[in-house]
Amino acid sequence: MTETTRATTGATATTGATTVAADAGADAGPLLRAEQVTMRFGGLIANKEVDFTIPRGAIVSLIGPNGAGKTTFFNQLTGMLRPTSGSITFEQTSIIGLAPHEIVELGVGRTFQNIRLFGDMTVLANVMVGRHVRMKSAWWQSLLGLPSVRAEEEAVRQRARELLDMVGLRRGYEEEFAKNLPYGDQRRLELARALASDPKLLLLDEPTAGMNPGETARMTELIRRLRDELQLTVLLIEHDMKVVMGISERITVLDHGELLAEGQPEEIRSNPQVIEAYLGKGAAGA
Amino acid sequence: MNPLLRRALITGVLGGAAGIHVSLVGMVEDFQGRDTIADIVTVGTMLPILIAILVGSRAASRMRAPLIDPTPRQAVLLGAVAGAVTGAVLALLALFVNSVDVAWILSNAKPSLADLLWLDQGPVVGSVILLAGGALFGALGGVLHVLPAPIARAVAIGGAVTIVVALMEPFLGAVLRNVGLRFLEGFLYASGGLTLPGFILVYALVAGGVYFWRTRGTSTKERVRAMPADRRRIGKVVAYLALIGLLLLLPQIVGSRLSEVVGTIGLYVLLGLGLNIVVGFAGLLDLGYVAFYAVGAYTTAVLTSPASPLISPELPFWGALPFVIVAAAMIGLMVGAPVLRLRGDYLAIVTLGFGEIARLIFLSEWAKPIVGGAQGILSIPPPLPFTNHPQVIYYPILFFCILAAIAASRLAASRVGRAWNAMREDESVAEATGVNTIRYKLLAFGLGAAFGCLSGAFFAAKIGTIFPNSFEILVSINALALIILGGMGNIYGVVVGAFVLVGLPELLREFAEYRLLIYGAVLVVMMLLRPEGLLPSRSRRAELHEDQGDDEVMYEHEAGVDTGRPVVTG
Repeated sequence: MTETTRATTGATATTGATTVAADAGADAGPLLRAEQVTMRFGGLIANKEVDFTIPRGAIVSLIGPNGAGKTTFFNQLTGMLRPTSGSITFEQTSIIGLAPHEIVELGVGRTFQNIRLFGDMTVLANVMVGRHVRMKSAWWQSLLGLPSVRAEEEAVRQRARELLDMVGLRRGYEEEFAKNLPYGDQRRLELARALASDPKLLLLDEPTAGMNPGETARMTELIRRLRDELQLTVLLIEHDMKVVMGISERITVLDHGELLAEGQPEEIRSNPQVIEAYLGKGAAGA
Repeated sequence: MNPLLRRALITGVLGGAAGIHVSLVGMVEDFQGRDTIADIVTVGTMLPILIAILVGSRAASRMRAPLIDPTPRQAVLLGAVAGAVTGAVLALLALFVNSVDVAWILSNAKPSLADLLWLDQGPVVGSVILLAGGALFGALGGVLHVLPAPIARAVAIGGAVTIVVALMEPFLGAVLRNVGLRFLEGFLYASGGLTLPGFILVYALVAGGVYFWRTRGTSTKERVRAMPADRRRIGKVVAYLALIGLLLLLPQIVGSRLSEVVGTIGLYVLLGLGLNIVVGFAGLLDLGYVAFYAVGAYTTAVLTSPASPLISPELPFWGALPFVIVAAAMIGLMVGAPVLRLRGDYLAIVTLGFGEIARLIFLSEWAKPIVGGAQGILSIPPPLPFTNHPQVIYYPILFFCILAAIAASRLAASRVGRAWNAMREDESVAEATGVNTIRYKLLAFGLGAAFGCLSGAFFAAKIGTIFPNSFEILVSINALALIILGGMGNIYGVVVGAFVLVGLPELLREFAEYRLLIYGAVLVVMMLLRPEGLLPSRSRRAELHEDQGDDEVMYEHEAGVDTGRPVVTG
């Protein structure tokens, strides 16, 4: 496959934005725009000329078979990888070459595919680290123990508790080490940590991986609720088609590092190329 | 063969090897000069006894693979067997050194060693004594596993503490004399160790205390927790005031010679607090920490000593101090900047190199006009006018130790400390969570360097003369060892570690020759039994005792398995 195949039926990024109610006013235009993003590892091309936009307030999914380059693409959005070529702008600011922490500061939060908490720190401390980027006290102010530092610390602790409530973590867990939490709660904690930096865009890498149907349903519900309450925009990588179809307002399909299709769930569901990529040749006709 | 018996035999042989080792390096013989219990057990004789007890205890402990819990009778028997094997090995050693002359290669392998091991009873009776003694003390070690846990603990800790109290006779004796408790000293101590009544008293107090604390201690803790907040605060303030009062009076209590030792401990506390920021908080393994100590000492010396030609007129110590700290922070950044991208072992190797480079620069011909090469810098003035008395210089050191401890604890509890902690746990996730890891690494290096230089400055002013060879790699190792021993990431741990690793060897002069040997042994034992150190921070303990935390883990999950269901384990 040499050229990018657009299978969308007219629903381009801009019209996608207008279908979403939130934030359609002053800051029109997509929250994030990636153009012609290419990532090469030596001879291996992980992403090839990917064009991708995320409208404000939307829940957008990035799907594709294993090895399609989803996580690589993700890592370029968060600054952990620098694209070989192409441009990525977040709210009209180019984020190419920025360090991950600078991108967090701009308002991009993320979770990881295989949960990566600070296991030997307490639950509360994990969330407070997430708040780091929004805290103002400098090291020498902490050294002097200024009242402003203490006030900020208390406010952040308060905020962290609110976030733990919001993602539905039990109060008794606050002082527990993160690694001792049950699996589902670790996912929730990671979410709370990401939310602590007040992101505008939340990137979730397979948020329901390893969950049973009940937990998956609750997580899906939580993501939708968080989007509404915090006016977030959400991009998620997900394997579970039920989750993707249920939650997404737009879906982008990657295959072999290239954009295969983009559109609303029902369009993607019936797209023959997508079916072929997932189920193999022959299945598409069925 | 029965796996328990097999293990007992192997343990016994290992104990025998340890016994041979301490005998041949000369510890058994050298330590005859001092008693643990006056006229009954010398420090030298105590060593094989301790080995037998440890061996017995090990042989009688729960076996892990296959999982076997020895019955009480088995425990005692296994202990006795293992101890007897150790005794047998030592008996063979005694026979060997008595009949074959190998003193020309092993200078301690002399008939006199055999006589010691035989307790001067001749080969036949002596060998029986070794065997029977080994079995007896081995069985004693085994009994520890038969007793209910709180009692066993009390017995073991009581024994260990009492031995330490006996060994610290030079220190505690002087303290008792200085505070006017001469009669107590006379009662407790004689010929370098405890008297028998003293031994029994100390043992009973410690063992009883430990037992009480273990069985009722939780309720005491509960009671403290149940107290209203204001009363708890008052209690805390009283405790702090008492501590400060004690620290202020310390030089008078311990006397002039020991004040010197306390001052040295203080310098290492400062070093440890600084290194603790770099290694304990931020997780950057720095093996070249001595470089900062050296820079602090040399900067002070060059600025204040009339013997150095560079700066004149000379600054007073306190005038030089700000420059020292600025120089320190700059050196910290200089060392930190090139190693920002390195992690773990690579970082350790590079910083090790920096440490040596610093020493070699101070030693070099090139820098000789400024720092004096191998001759060093002489006549560095003391920090307080006219006097360098250890009982006086103690106070500024104490002041800075307290300052540093407050600074470190404030940083640890702040945004900065959390960022360091996160970086230590997982650097790339910390970065992805919004921590500017480059900035925080440099901050750790800079602050750590400032503390190290401060310590170096006082070192220079305290002894008045510095040479490049005062700044060998061993200083780095000592500082690192003391925070590992004390409990990484914990400020009280640093103090405890400095006391144990720097203070004790100074107090136990007989041990000076074997200092590094004991160091090594203590560290190996620590890493095996209590890798988190004596007073660990809470998170460090959690990190190093994963196996014991298992009952708290409610679910297990293999990361990255998409369809894996959580597995209920407990």
